[in-house]
Amino acid sequence: MNFVYEKMMGGKKGLTGFLILATLILVIFPLFLDIFRLNLVGKYLTYAFPAVSLVLLWGYGGILSLGQGVFFGLGGYGMAMFLKLEASSVENTKIQSTPGIPDFMDWNQLTSLPWFWEPFNSLTLTILAILILPAAFAYIIGAAMFKRRVGGVYFAIITQVIAVILTILIVGQQGYTGGINGITDLRTLNGWDITTDSAKYIFYFINVALLLGVILLSRLILTSKFGSLLLAIRDKEDRVRFSGYDVSNFKIFIFCFSALISSIGGAMFTLQVGFMSPSFVGIVPSIEMVIFAAVGGRMSLIGAVYGTLLINFGKTAFSESFPELWLFLMGGLFISVVMFFPNGLAGLWDDYGHYITDRFSKSKKTKEDSPEIVEKKSDESAA
Amino acid sequence: MNSNTDFTLAIEDLTVSFDGFKAVDSLNFYLDQNELHVVIGPNGAGKTTVLDLICGKTKSTSGSIKFLNEELTKMSEHEIVRAGVGRKFQTPSIYENLTVLENLEISYPYGRTVAGSLMFKRSSEVLEKINQTASEIMLQDDLDTEAGLLSHGQKQWLEIGMLLIQDPQLLMLDEPVAGMSVKEREQTAELLNKISKGRSVLVIEHDMEFVERIAHKVTVLHQGKILAAGNMEEVQNDPKVIEVYLGH
Repeated sequence: MNFVYEKMMGGKKGLTGFLILATLILVIFPLFLDIFRLNLVGKYLTYAFPAVSLVLLWGYGGILSLGQGVFFGLGGYGMAMFLKLEASSVENTKIQSTPGIPDFMDWNQLTSLPWFWEPFNSLTLTILAILILPAAFAYIIGAAMFKRRVGGVYFAIITQVIAVILTILIVGQQGYTGGINGITDLRTLNGWDITTDSAKYIFYFINVALLLGVILLSRLILTSKFGSLLLAIRDKEDRVRFSGYDVSNFKIFIFCFSALISSIGGAMFTLQVGFMSPSFVGIVPSIEMVIFAAVGGRMSLIGAVYGTLLINFGKTAFSESFPELWLFLMGGLFISVVMFFPNGLAGLWDDYGHYITDRFSKSKKTKEDSPEIVEKKSDESAA
Repeated sequence: MNSNTDFTLAIEDLTVSFDGFKAVDSLNFYLDQNELHVVIGPNGAGKTTVLDLICGKTKSTSGSIKFLNEELTKMSEHEIVRAGVGRKFQTPSIYENLTVLENLEISYPYGRTVAGSLMFKRSSEVLEKINQTASEIMLQDDLDTEAGLLSHGQKQWLEIGMLLIQDPQLLMLDEPVAGMSVKEREQTAELLNKISKGRSVLVIEHDMEFVERIAHKVTVLHQGKILAAGNMEEVQNDPKVIEVYLGH
C-alpha cells in the first residue's frame, strides 16, 4: 500500500493533484455537461495522451519530438480500419462493384482487400496492432537516431519530416487509406452501435480510465531510478554515458513508451469522434500537442491534461467567433509560456496555488515543493 | 597484439590526428597498480585528448590502449566504464537538478540497463555504500542538498565520489583542483592520497604545488609527445621541461 501511495501517487501532494483531476473529469464533467459537450471533452482528453507522452519524452528526457501526431495517427487509423471493415460488410456495400471492401477502395478501382488490411478484421489483432506497431515504429526511428547520437533540434526536425511523409503517404494512397477525407462513416464495434449516447458515455469513461492509468504508470516510471536517469541524461548526457550506461537504450525506451501512449489516445479518438483523417497526423497537430504539454507545464503529467483542456476549450470558444485569429493567439500563448512562465500551469499552481488552498484550508501550511521534487523525495521515504 | 603485462594501463604507439594535426603522436605510457601519476604540460599538449582516448570519447587513429590487458580502443564508452575505468571531466559534470544522494545513486554500478533501472530498489546496501562514499568526499551532511547548490569545490568532490562509488581500477581526473580554495586543495590532496590505495589514478593538473603534494610520478607532455617523465624532482630539474613549460 505504501508502495502504491508513494510511488504511483507521488505522496500527499501528488495524490491531491491526482484526485482533483480525477474528480473533475470523472464526476464533475459527466454531471454538468450534456452528452454533446462531454463527447467534445472526451475528444480533447484523447489529445492529453500525446501531451502526457511529451512530458515524459520532452520534459524529463529532453527529447523534443515534433511528430507525436504520427503515433496518435497510427493508433487512430488502426482502430478506424477495424471499424471500417465492420461497416463494409457485404450487405452494407452491395451497391459497390466489389461488395465487402471499404467504399473508398471501391471508388479507387480496388477489387480486393489489400493484405495489410486483413489483420484488422480481428479486434484482438487490431488492439495488438494499436499497442505494438507505433512502439515498433518508434523503436526503428529511435534506434536509427539515438544509436548514431542524433539529438536535439535534428531529432525534432526528423520527427517532423516523418510526420509530413506519413501525411503525404496517407493522402496520396487514397485507395488504401481513404486519402484526404480519411476513414469515415464508422458505425459499429462488434455489432454495437458506437454512435448512440450510451456508447459515447461508455467510451468517455474508458478514455478517462485509460488516461488516469497512463498517468499512474508514467509516475511509476518517473519515480524509479529510470526517472532520475532521464533527468540526468537531459542535463548531462556525457556524464551518464561515462557512468557506464548505454544512453541510447534509455532514449529508445522512453520514445517507444511515448509512442504507445499516443497511439492509445489516437484509438480512443477514433472511437469517440467516429472517423480518422490525415489532419490529425501531420505537423500542425504534432506541434499543437507540444503546446498542450508546454502550457500545462512540461514537467507535470497532470498539468499536461489541464493544458490540453484549456487550449482546446479556448480553441473551440475562439474559433467560433474569431476563426482567423485563433492560430495567432495560440502562437502568442506558446511564446508567452516559453518567455514568462516556462513551467506552465503547473508552475503557476506551485507559485500561487497556495493562496487558493490556504483560503480553503484554514490550517497554516508552508509552501510545498514543486510536484516533481516531491515525486523524487517520495522514493527516499519509500526505501 | 602485444603480450600481457602487469601494468594497469599500457598505452603503446598511440596516435590520433585531427585533419592531419597529430594531437597525440606515437605515445607510449605505462601506469602501475597503486600508482598516482600526474600528467602536466602546456596548453594544447594533448593531455585531455589522452584521457578522451582512454575513456573512448575520442577514437584513436592507430595504436593500442590496454587496461588490465584488455584492449580499450575497440570498446564503446559504457563498456570501458564497466570494465573499470572512471573519468572526471574538467568542469564539474554532475546532475545539478538532483540531490547529492541521487547523484551518487545514479552512479552506483547496478541497474545499468533499462529494465534494471526500472526495477532498481534503494536497498540498505545501496544506502550504506552511498553514505560511505559521501563521508569519503566530505559531503555526508549534504545528501539531500540539490547538487546545483553545492560550492564549486564540493561539486568537484561529488564528481570524484560518483566515480569512487563504482570502485574503478583506474581513476582519471582532469584538473581536479581548478578553481578551488587553498583549504579545499589541501583536502583534495588528502582525498587523492587516500583513494589512490588499491587503484591507479591518473591526474591532469597545472598547479605545481598540488602536483608536488600528490604525485608518485610525473609525465610532461608537449605537442602530443612525452617530454620527460620521472619523479617530481627529476622533472622539475629537467632543462627541456624548464624551457617549454615551467619557465626560467
